[in-house]
Formats: sequence, C-alpha cells, structure tokens
Amino acid sequence: MISARNVTKRFGEFVALDDVSVNVPSGALMALLGPSGSGKSTLLRVIAGLEKPDAGDVFISGREATQLRPQQRGVGFVFQHYAPFKHMTVADNVAFGLTVRRRPKQEIRDRVHELLELVQLEGLGKRYPAQLSGGQRQRMALARALAVEPEVLLLDEPFGALDARVRQELREWLRRLHDEVHVTTVFVTHDQEEAMQIADHIVLVNHGRVEQIGTPQDLYERPANEFVLTFVGEATKFRGDLVRPHDVVLGALPEDGAEEALVERIAYLGFEVRVQLVLGDGERFDAQITHDEAERLELARGQIIYARLVRRADVATRDELVRPLA
Amino acid sequence: MAVDAAAVRAPAAVRTPRFAEVAGGGFIVGYLSLVVLLPLAALAAEAGNFEHAVTNREAVSALKLTLGLALAVALVNAVVGTATAWVLVRDDFRGKRIVNAVIDLPFALPTIVAGLTLLALYGPRGSSGINLAYTRAGVLVALLFVTLPFVVRTVQPVLLELDTEMEEAAASLGARSTSIFRRIVFPNLLPAILSGVALAFARAVGEFGAVVLISGNLPFKTEMASVYIYGRIQSNDASGAAALSLVLLLISFATLLLVGALRRWATRHDRQD
Amino acid sequence: MIARISLRVGVLVYLAAILLVPVGLVFWRTFEHGVGPAWDAVTTPDAKHAFWLTLKIAAIAVPLNTVFGVLCALAIVRHRFPGKGVLNAVVDLPLALSPVVVGLSIVLLYSRDGWLGSLPFQVLFATPAMVLATIFVSLPFVVREVVPVLREIGTDQEEAAATLGAGAFSTFRRVTLPAIRWAVAYGVILTTARAIGEYGAVRVVSGNIEGKTQTMTLLVQDSYDNYDITGAYAASVLLAMIAIATLLLMTMFRPREEST
Repeated sequence: MISARNVTKRFGEFVALDDVSVNVPSGALMALLGPSGSGKSTLLRVIAGLEKPDAGDVFISGREATQLRPQQRGVGFVFQHYAPFKHMTVADNVAFGLTVRRRPKQEIRDRVHELLELVQLEGLGKRYPAQLSGGQRQRMALARALAVEPEVLLLDEPFGALDARVRQELREWLRRLHDEVHVTTVFVTHDQEEAMQIADHIVLVNHGRVEQIGTPQDLYERPANEFVLTFVGEATKFRGDLVRPHDVVLGALPEDGAEEALVERIAYLGFEVRVQLVLGDGERFDAQITHDEAERLELARGQIIYARLVRRADVATRDELVRPLA
Repeated sequence: MAVDAAAVRAPAAVRTPRFAEVAGGGFIVGYLSLVVLLPLAALAAEAGNFEHAVTNREAVSALKLTLGLALAVALVNAVVGTATAWVLVRDDFRGKRIVNAVIDLPFALPTIVAGLTLLALYGPRGSSGINLAYTRAGVLVALLFVTLPFVVRTVQPVLLELDTEMEEAAASLGARSTSIFRRIVFPNLLPAILSGVALAFARAVGEFGAVVLISGNLPFKTEMASVYIYGRIQSNDASGAAALSLVLLLISFATLLLVGALRRWATRHDRQD
Repeated sequence: MIARISLRVGVLVYLAAILLVPVGLVFWRTFEHGVGPAWDAVTTPDAKHAFWLTLKIAAIAVPLNTVFGVLCALAIVRHRFPGKGVLNAVVDLPLALSPVVVGLSIVLLYSRDGWLGSLPFQVLFATPAMVLATIFVSLPFVVREVVPVLREIGTDQEEAAATLGAGAFSTFRRVTLPAIRWAVAYGVILTTARAIGEYGAVRVVSGNIEGKTQTMTLLVQDSYDNYDITGAYAASVLLAMIAIATLLLMTMFRPREEST
C-alpha cells in the first residue's frame, strides 16, 4: 500500500501540491483524477521519486520512502509517451530492469517471453519500438515496468496519446490485467469517464488540493462540493441549485413544489432520455428520465410539464469524505 | 551534414517552369564546375609520377605525422567535446550563454590568428612559461584549438532532443547513474559523437594556418602534410605537391562518405520498416 | 553533485587553456603599451590596403555564394534528379578539404600551362584567383543552412499561394524567400566570416605581394615573419574583433534547434 502524507511541492512561485494526503489500499486500482495543472502528475512523480517534495512523506508498503531514489523504491512507472528505449528491441526493453539487476540470461529470456504473452505482444520481441503502433508501445512499456515485479505500478496518463478507440480498448485491458495481476496500481488521468469506468477508488484533485476521495459511486452520488459535482458526471442548474439531471423529476400534473416548464428539446440517448426545459422566467435546465417515463408522459416538444427536485442522495459535507481509507 | 537525398516533389500547381529549372540547373552545374570541379580535375591531372612523389621519405613522414595527430585530436575531442556538450545542455551556471557562444570562436577566427594567439601563450616568449614551439605537442594544441567546436556542435542538438523520460524510466527500473549513461544516453549519442569526430579528423588533417607558426615545420619532426605540400609548391614541384594533395583529397572524400553513412545509421531506429 | 561541478570546472579549464587565455592574451599584449602603437600599425598604407582588399573579396564572394546557395538548396529539396548524392558531396567538400589543396588546384588550373592559363586577363597572383579561392572555401554555408529550413516548411504555403493565383516567380519572391530569410541570413554570416578569415588557400594563389595581393590574414603572417610583432598582433586583434562580432551575430541569428 502507498501513503503520501502532507505533501507540498512548489515549482518556483507555482504551488503544484498543497498539503496533500492520500492513501492507496493494497491491491487497489486507484485513479488520480483532475484537470490539467491540478497536480496529479506531480503527486505521482513524487510517489515514484522522480520529484522531491518540499514537505511531507511518502510511505511504500509501510517503509519510509521519502529519501529513497527511484531505483530503490520498487515502483514501476509508465509514461504518457511510453519513454521506449528506442535503440533497443522490444525484448531488450522489457528485459531492461532484469538486465540491470544482472539476472541469469535464461531467467531473463523466460520472463520476457512470459510478459510479452501477458501483454499480447508475442512474436514482436525482435522489433524496434518505432515499428510498433501506439497501443503496442504502451503495452510494451507496461510489460517493461512489470518485469521487475514492482510493489506498486504507477501510470502517468497512460492512454492520453492514443486515439479514442485504442484508448477504450486499453482501458478495459488494463482493468482486466489488474484483476489478474493484483499489483497496487495508481494511474493519472484527466478523463473522468476513464476514472469512473475502471478505478476502484478515485482521488479528485484540483489546484494542488484534494477535493474528494471515494469510489466512483461516492463521487457521483455524494459529491463533496460543486467542483466534484461538475467535474464528475453530468450536472445541471435547477432553481439556483447544481444537481444531477436525473434528480429532476417530471410529472404531468402540478404538485407541491413543482415548477411549470416548457419542453424545448428531447434527445434519445439509448435507454435514457435527455430533456431540455425552460422555466417561465427563461431559466434553462436539463432532466434525465427513462424511456418508459418519457412514453408515459407522452413527451413532446412544446409540451408544458411540471418539474420537481427529488434528490437521490444527499451532498455530504467535505470533512466526512476526506477520511483516510483503511 | 544537413543535405540529404530525399526531396519533396512539388505538386503541379507549384512546379517551376521548365526554362527556370534548366537555367537554374545550368547555373548550379556551371558554378560548381568553375569553382570546385575544374580546379580539382586539374589537380588530379597534374599528379603525375604519383608513386614516387608519395613514397619519398619526407612525404611519408609528413603524412604519418598528420594522420597520427589528427586521430589523437579526434579522440581527445570525442571525450572533451561530449563533456562540453553535456555541461552546456544539462548544467546551468552564470555565463553559460557566453560560453556557448565562445565555442564557435575557432569557426570565426582566422587560422593564422589562432596560431599567433597560441604562440603568445605557449611560444618561446609565451606567458605560460611552457614553450611548445617546434614540438609535436605544439601542433597538437593548435589542432585542438581549430577542432574544438566539432564534436560539441554535433552532440548538442542530439542531447537537447534526448527524451529525459528514457533516463527516468531507466531509473525507475533500477539502473544507477553510470548504468543509465552507459546503456541509455551513450548509445543514443554515439552516432553524433562519431560524426563530430570524423569532421574534426578531416579538419585536422588539412589544417595549415594554425600549425604553420608554432610547429616550425621541421621535416620528419613537426612538418604537417599541408605544410609539406606548400613547400613543394614553393620549390616549383607541382606534381609532387599535387600527388600528396590528391591523397588528402581522397581522405576528405572518404570522411564525408563516412559522416553520411553515420547519419543514416543514427536515424535507423526512427524509420518504420 | 560533486561530479557535476567537477565536470563543469574541467570543461571550463580546458576551454580557458586552449581558447580563452590565448585569445585574451593577444588583446592584452596588443594594448599593453596603449592604443597608439596598435592604431599606427593598422593604419599603415599596406594595412589599409589589406583591409580593403579583404572586404572587396568578401563583397564579391559572399553574394555569389548566397545566390548559389539558395538555388542549390531549392534544387536539392524541391527537385528530383540523378546524381543528387554527388551534388551533396561536392557542396560539402570544402568543409573537409585542406586550404592548401584548394589553393594548389586553382594554381594548376590557371597557371601558364594549365587548362585556363591563357585568359586575356591575369587570374593567378591577382584578385581574381583570390576571389575564386575564397568562393571555394566558403561555398557550403548558405546551402547547408537553407536546406533543413526548406525541408521543414514544406510546400503548404507555396500551394496556398498557387491556389490564390500567384505564379511561380511571384510565389518564390513573396512566399519562399521570406520563409527562408533567417536561414539565409545565418548562412551569410558564416560565409562572410569564412571569407574574411581565409588564409591557406589565398596564400597559395596570391603570391603574397604586399600592397598588392595581401589580405589581412596574409598581413598578419607577413608582419610576424618580418619580426613586426606589434603589427602582427594589431592586425590579429582587428580580425579577432571581427570574429567576436561574428559570434554575436551568430548567437542572435542562430536557428532555434541549435541553441541551448
């Protein structure tokens, strides 16, 4: 397990991390999520030892790692642009960590073969990185990091440089790999969909501070503040409140607390229906309802409907959520 | 060398009119012929009695000295030039920009002036107290002066482009600093170092102005090939001078081919097959 | 940390010993007894003549090599033709060739029994031969600077100009030339520095006649041979100042990829 405590890091005037504390449970797949410049990559690099924090400690598997160089931390690191050793073959790349540890040649050969199979690059060992596609290079980088059996696997925006379809495939592939190999894994991403889709836990950071830590469900249903609400999942403004579109309930009859609204546009998104509505005073908002509900209401453009807020979950207070995980 | 064989064929809309192509091509060929090719052809034609001119003792001695010193200088530059490029790219200190500019001084300074400045420090009345006049060491220092920029300037851009992430990756995989330099940085720098070495070698082989003052031009001791050739010219031995010149010309050509091959070798991993 | 500092110090000491101290020393010795003697030395008639001759030769060689350089770069980058490898080698040859060999080849061509020995005007031991030698040695620089820039900018802008109605020469003048002007400028700086500083080739072809065919570099050597140390140093300082000015210009105009 990994623990970063009260980590602060400045680059000149710019504060990249401001007293950040994060615990990563053993064997978990955790996402460090946040917009550009939020400090997530910096935090990852601090954990890896590629940056020295101005304040704070890092613990890896219970040992204090703050003073250790990257070579000594037992972390595997995967870069956004793969950082392949372009003058070496794929096999030599994957073997590198073992070569440097002077393992016997046969052992290295076997392990490389095993890993290339694991990442589905068998037969490509003799090629050079320049001859691989982006997705293949990233899988090579993963195999290389896994070769030395790290206690911790750190990935810095691993799929950022790939196109959409490959990104989707590799995302799912990473999840399955993690289920198989069970190494404590932390990955950095700015894509909330990616984090929501594959992570066990998410740390949402912004401007060098932690906004919320929790499961994807926690962040979606119990956002700690407005930033979390708007960054993760959909949000819409209804009568001054920022809420999830599916918290807005539509009905055919006026009821207590319901507002009269005009249906402006209806979008059929598979199972769900997104409705764009406008209130009497011109305020616009969205509601999200199921196909069945839309049919029951006989929803049509120009229809007058009654909208009410029914929160599925409450917005928790900040303190409750920034608690260390067991 | 920046020039290479690949061309971008312009599409029809931008193609130059035929007569301009022919005129331009004609000008280029004519210019090069007049300036470079005809004189060199005249040189080749004059190198009669080649064997005798090249195998006489003084010529052989001059050639051996030249090649030996040029090689020594090239190797020194391989080490010092790489170190200098490293310091200029990876280190930071006040005045670094000035040092970076100063590296090109041997390119900008006339060779005879370089020779004079070295005499001021290392000559008979030199301020350093060390007298290198009439010695091979003196010639060596003169050659080090004029070849200083070559390896530095070929290695610098490669070092600048080198992805530090590769070194970080190697560190995260457990490699120590020396290991990282040996396995990651050096292999990627090697082609550039060799290119610079080849250029420095070619320059040193042909150097005249910087060595002519400090060496004293003692035959069999400190006489460089270029000075020997000059002596032959002064003695009206045109064919003798031409013969050894032809040898130097061939060495120059061979060096250029080597540098071209090195460039192709350097970029072999960037090409997708 | 220690490794970094000792590497830095080692490199700086080497540069000082080989480069900076010798050059600095010449400046010191030149002005040791004041500016007067040095000024007198560079304002003798021979010195003045050498100065103007050097400039005159450069004024002919540099523009010619610039025009050649741009055309040659265009040919190499934008056209396909057989023998391009040979062209590249020939253009780069002056960088690797000994100046004495250059001078000799010109002497052989224009001497009385040479192929071009019977021209109606004097070439050898006169300005024309010195110009030819200077052109030879300073040939490659504009080409080498322009080629990578031409290759990098590609044909997009020129195609755009064509779709907007510009003919070939108009496109060249308004689009291509402006795009390469800094590369050309840098190449011109290098060419000029080389032209002014040439020694060996010019010495061979000029006959080194004072007041007639002596450039500044030849003046330095001649003064030294005649034990006129002050004269030699003074001329050297002048050339060194030109070299430093060249370095400044180089730093200002250096193409982005090369700067630290």
